[in-house]
Amino acid sequence: MTNAISISGLEKRFGHVVALDGLDLEVATGEIHGFLGPNGAGKTTTIRVLLGLLKADAGQVSLLGGDPWSDATELHRRLAYVPGDVSLWPGLTGGEVIDLLGRLRGGLDERRRTSLLERFDLDPTKKGRTYSKGNRQKVALIAALASNVELMILDEPTAGLDPLMEAEFRAAVEDDRNEGRTILLASHILAEVEALCDRVSIVRKGVTVESGSLADLRHLTRTTVVAELAGDPAAVWHLPGVHDVEIHDHRVELEVDSDRISEFVSGLAPLGVRSLVSHPPTLEELFMRHYEDGEASA
Amino acid sequence: MNTLQGTGALARLILRLDRIRLTAWVVALGLVPVGTASAFQGLYETEAAREQFAATVTSNPAFTALLGPLYDSSIGGLTAWRIGTLGTFLVGIMAILTMIRHTRDDEETGRRELLGATVVGRHAPLAAASLVAVGAGVLIGGLIAIGLAGLGLPWAGSIAFGAGFAAVTLAFAAVGALTAQLTQAGSTGRGVGIGIAGFFFLLRMAGDASEESLGWLSWLSPIGWFSRMRPFAGDEWWVFTLWIVFAVTSIVVAFSLAARRDVGEGAFPPRPGPGRAGRSLRSPAGLAWRLQRGSLLGWTGGLAVLGGIYGAAADSIADILEDNPQLNEVFESLGGTQTLTDTFFTAALGIIALVAAAYSIRSVLKLKGEEEALRAELVLATDTSRSRYAWSHLAYGLVGPVVILTVAGTVAGATYGSIVGDVAGQVPRVLAAAMAQIPAVWVVTGIAMALYGLAPRLSAVSWGALATFLLLGQLGQILQFPQWTLNLSPFSHIPLIPAEDFLGPPLITLFVVGGALIAAGLTGFRQRDIPA
Repeated sequence: MTNAISISGLEKRFGHVVALDGLDLEVATGEIHGFLGPNGAGKTTTIRVLLGLLKADAGQVSLLGGDPWSDATELHRRLAYVPGDVSLWPGLTGGEVIDLLGRLRGGLDERRRTSLLERFDLDPTKKGRTYSKGNRQKVALIAALASNVELMILDEPTAGLDPLMEAEFRAAVEDDRNEGRTILLASHILAEVEALCDRVSIVRKGVTVESGSLADLRHLTRTTVVAELAGDPAAVWHLPGVHDVEIHDHRVELEVDSDRISEFVSGLAPLGVRSLVSHPPTLEELFMRHYEDGEASA
Repeated sequence: MNTLQGTGALARLILRLDRIRLTAWVVALGLVPVGTASAFQGLYETEAAREQFAATVTSNPAFTALLGPLYDSSIGGLTAWRIGTLGTFLVGIMAILTMIRHTRDDEETGRRELLGATVVGRHAPLAAASLVAVGAGVLIGGLIAIGLAGLGLPWAGSIAFGAGFAAVTLAFAAVGALTAQLTQAGSTGRGVGIGIAGFFFLLRMAGDASEESLGWLSWLSPIGWFSRMRPFAGDEWWVFTLWIVFAVTSIVVAFSLAARRDVGEGAFPPRPGPGRAGRSLRSPAGLAWRLQRGSLLGWTGGLAVLGGIYGAAADSIADILEDNPQLNEVFESLGGTQTLTDTFFTAALGIIALVAAAYSIRSVLKLKGEEEALRAELVLATDTSRSRYAWSHLAYGLVGPVVILTVAGTVAGATYGSIVGDVAGQVPRVLAAAMAQIPAVWVVTGIAMALYGLAPRLSAVSWGALATFLLLGQLGQILQFPQWTLNLSPFSHIPLIPAEDFLGPPLITLFVVGGALIAAGLTGFRQRDIPA
């Protein structure tokens, strides 16, 4: 299967500030790809390069088989974009903006428009200036989700949405997945990425530091364990694959290499386990580790 | 909490944000009157020369309509006459823009909330903006007073002149404070504020154009009060009470409106609009029409009124010639009285053209506003090329002035024609003179587009260019600037239509220059980063 997005060695500087420093990104057709990174990592800059708004200084960028800079208009017919910071025309209503953006993209699915308005509980008759941040985002999201495109580029689309609406967003994206659309989802809401994405790429300071499926990434990492022990908690130090131990009286909190979890549990049992909570590495931990590792090596 | 708490800190913030903008206003408006007085000193050294000049001026009611009455032939009197109307109008615009920028704009963008959540009283933003605006006016007035007195002019007149500018600033800061309370959008507030300033400008003009019958109109205008205060010609200090009463009333109303409403709200509650887009809203052009139509209508309407007043004033020129056979004879020998009205119309339409050029800059720089608000990328991420997007707004910069000049020229011609009983003859004459201004306006359009496309951060320099052209056009000739400086302004190359040929080399040159600037701007826009 071809890649919807293929970026290698992308560089972009603003004056003396290096925004992208050799970034790589591969998004396969039909997948939902999480694009993660702390604030200022270069996510929005990458997206603007993909949209042909910014001109790359170096590197190869291919979008839907074309060049995002020189073939911008043809490519834009096939994609929809939701910016992270949605600003609407103060005097246009939400409904007008949805229709306008849909028409500019070459058509809107009327049935989806109606159901999305209902789903996101948006009043389309209000003027742009009266919408809250979350409602502005809904307008852009509905316009994108209701259009007939192959690729959606979403830049932190749920940053202003309440949890209920976030859930609706996830459901709507799941529908899209079933229709075979490709989605690039820049986010730092990790639960959302975990719930939706097939693969993720983590960027930091303009460089991709990790890329792969969540399962792949998890495999490389550790499981968190919180246990209350009857015996001497200090003994956990000697168990196999243990890291970052914290002891408060009888309560221990530690991390275990995921591939040695079985040996660890066998060793823990004799210490008299009163309670045990373990969870696989959340994306957050994964993310933090990459972030901190990067800091340490930087 | 004291409702004014934090005013000082906010005022300092405003000064920091506007340090370049306000400095430019203060220096320009403070020094131009002094420079004008100094130039008059050089040009008319003797009392006799000044009196002769004053006699020419007072015999021509067109001058009175354009610039207000001349009360005294001293250097100070001439300066007050020459600069007073334009200067006070511009000072008023400065005050209104400063007020709206730091009150309503902040509310609209949410910056006000950021500040409101800190230790800032509810009246502090309005008070801080007023303080800065009036402070700028006082500074301008101070520069003028000290500068004029430094040239050896009488102290009383110099102080009256400077204080008059400060008082006008005060009055229009109050207007700005009031309009900032009424509308939710800063742009609408700005439009209403400038509209009010324009209305007072026209009121003065109507009053001065026919002083015997309508002179009282000038007394209704804070701009008209400046000449009525007679700096260097009797210094009627009591006129200052008019400004103060006007300002205090407006400020009190503004503060009470501010106290009654919620942050972000206007006097008119927002009404819901259509839930579906209409048929016209389907392209970048349709969007631009929605965003630009209101201001095009407003500017066209305002300038049509101005055209009407000019048309009416032109007739009084003919009157004066009838009363003055000698002068009539002089003009007959120069090519007839028609030449005089033609000259007048060329000058009047030149002013309308400058305002149309301001409209043009505003329309082109809508692109910059849209880009900075991150709305341009919403459109550019669709099937819309950069050229097409740029043209959707640039079109208003080019066609808008044509609409404005056509309407204003037609109204001026029709008004004059209906007074002299020759509508069919005068409309085409005046309209042709209006059309002749278009190439010069388009050069300004080109400057704005070139700056926006190639160096967007310097876009505001296009206002500086327009201000320079205004200065050269309004003062260059009378102060006998060297010809090459006058030639810098595209407006100085407009032929005297219909006395001269329409499509002469000067107009063709202007077309070429304007076209080249626009092409350069479009090329730059196609190739640069967005947002820049």
